[in-house]
Amino acid sequence: MSIESLLLAYGLIAIALFISWHNKLTLEKEVVYGSIRATVQLILMGFLLEMILTIDNYVYLALILLAMTAIAATISGKRGHKIPHAFGIAFTGILIGSVITFAVLAGAGVIGPEAKYIIPLGGMIIGNSMNASSLSLNRLIGELGHQRKRIETLLALGANAQQASEWAVRQSVRSALIPVIDSMKVIGLVHLPGIMTGFIIAGGSPLEAVKYQLAIVFMIAGTASLTCMIVTLLAARRCFSSELQLLDTFRPTTA
Amino acid sequence: MLRVSNLSLTRDKAILKDLSFEVAPGQMLTVLGPSGAGKSSLLRCLNRLDTPDSGEVFLNGAEVKSLDILDVRRRMGMVFQTPALIPDTVQANVGLGPSLRHETVSESDIRELLRQVGLNDNFMTRQVETLSVGEQQRVAFAQVLANQPDVLLLDEPTSALDPTAALTIENLIADIHSRLYTATVLVTHDIPQAIRFNTETLVIVGGAVLARGNIRDLVNDTGNTTLQKFFTGQGPEQN
Repeated sequence: MSIESLLLAYGLIAIALFISWHNKLTLEKEVVYGSIRATVQLILMGFLLEMILTIDNYVYLALILLAMTAIAATISGKRGHKIPHAFGIAFTGILIGSVITFAVLAGAGVIGPEAKYIIPLGGMIIGNSMNASSLSLNRLIGELGHQRKRIETLLALGANAQQASEWAVRQSVRSALIPVIDSMKVIGLVHLPGIMTGFIIAGGSPLEAVKYQLAIVFMIAGTASLTCMIVTLLAARRCFSSELQLLDTFRPTTA
Repeated sequence: MLRVSNLSLTRDKAILKDLSFEVAPGQMLTVLGPSGAGKSSLLRCLNRLDTPDSGEVFLNGAEVKSLDILDVRRRMGMVFQTPALIPDTVQANVGLGPSLRHETVSESDIRELLRQVGLNDNFMTRQVETLSVGEQQRVAFAQVLANQPDVLLLDEPTSALDPTAALTIENLIADIHSRLYTATVLVTHDIPQAIRFNTETLVIVGGAVLARGNIRDLVNDTGNTTLQKFFTGQGPEQN
């Protein structure tokens, strides 16, 4: 793509600005700020990737992926702020989910042994794992509050934490996996995913693109399932005190 | 035998203040008080769904803190205001307590438990969502009885029911209590209900004991103006 073509694409921003100004939406400042930020971020990322993709030392590549995991766990942990040690739980879930998925794909030859494959696909795995972790933590907090009465009834009958939270865990995992499952159902019908679009634009054959895309879809589903299960099970245990009481954050005020 | 000694609980404010009492096997103690008096918190401290700040609870002479928490909860069966059953059949719900300990309850035992709470065999395979709240509360009672408790903790078990269903559950409580000879603590805000049970009663307001004695004696104690204010709904103010 030539620079002129890119500048013309910026013309679309001018249209957005005109619509905002004409309809008094007062979004002009945000549109300008957003487009500048996107440009700067992507240019920086471009330079950074130029450097990263030349790295051939696997230790450095692993450290980069580990740093990405830590960033993802920080963001995901914030979603589970009501759960003690949410960062650690998210980190563990994302790390294990991603490592297993990565190992399977590397073993199957989908991910080649070069930085240009390891970093983008690793990032994609970690990103999807983060989404699954965030959704799981968010749903678990909701379910524990929602099912509080049932959980306390079970505790009063002599259930341990795992038994008392069984239904909340089940519902949380199910809810957290809905986006992934729905996305698999409509793929190719409603939207052509980014990697497939990119592959076709870059001149690849659509059938070859389909092969890659299928691997990616299964990769996302695998990562999400693993991460959801690990994060939810680890988090559910942390929501009970040592005396097997549901933590105050999930209980009503006492009366 | 259930013995409670100097039990206190504070959260943002004092919820329970230095409560002491005893309930012998076969005895029922009614804890009467307005909403927010600390009645439910008291029951939750007994089976350690809440941890009191001070005081002790003794079950057959052993301090509850020193016992296995799962065993304490099995031995102190608790029925809540609103039944919260698992989404499954009546049979699965009644056998739930023992199944948590990997024990099974025979079908005939479950039928017998259902009979004890006034439900016939046809209920065995019913999904609990199809039952009325009153029927669900009966299942909750059967669920607790399956654990063969020494103590029954009843947290306003009729407050979510219509008057007819409430009376049926009251009769059920009286029947279970007399047959099983449990030490029973019934929490209620309903003064006529407390009078109908006609038991030793602890009146608590603002987490502290206002009066104790047989409910009918307390109602007739015209010399205690603070207590009479409570019975006539004029206070006293809670802290």
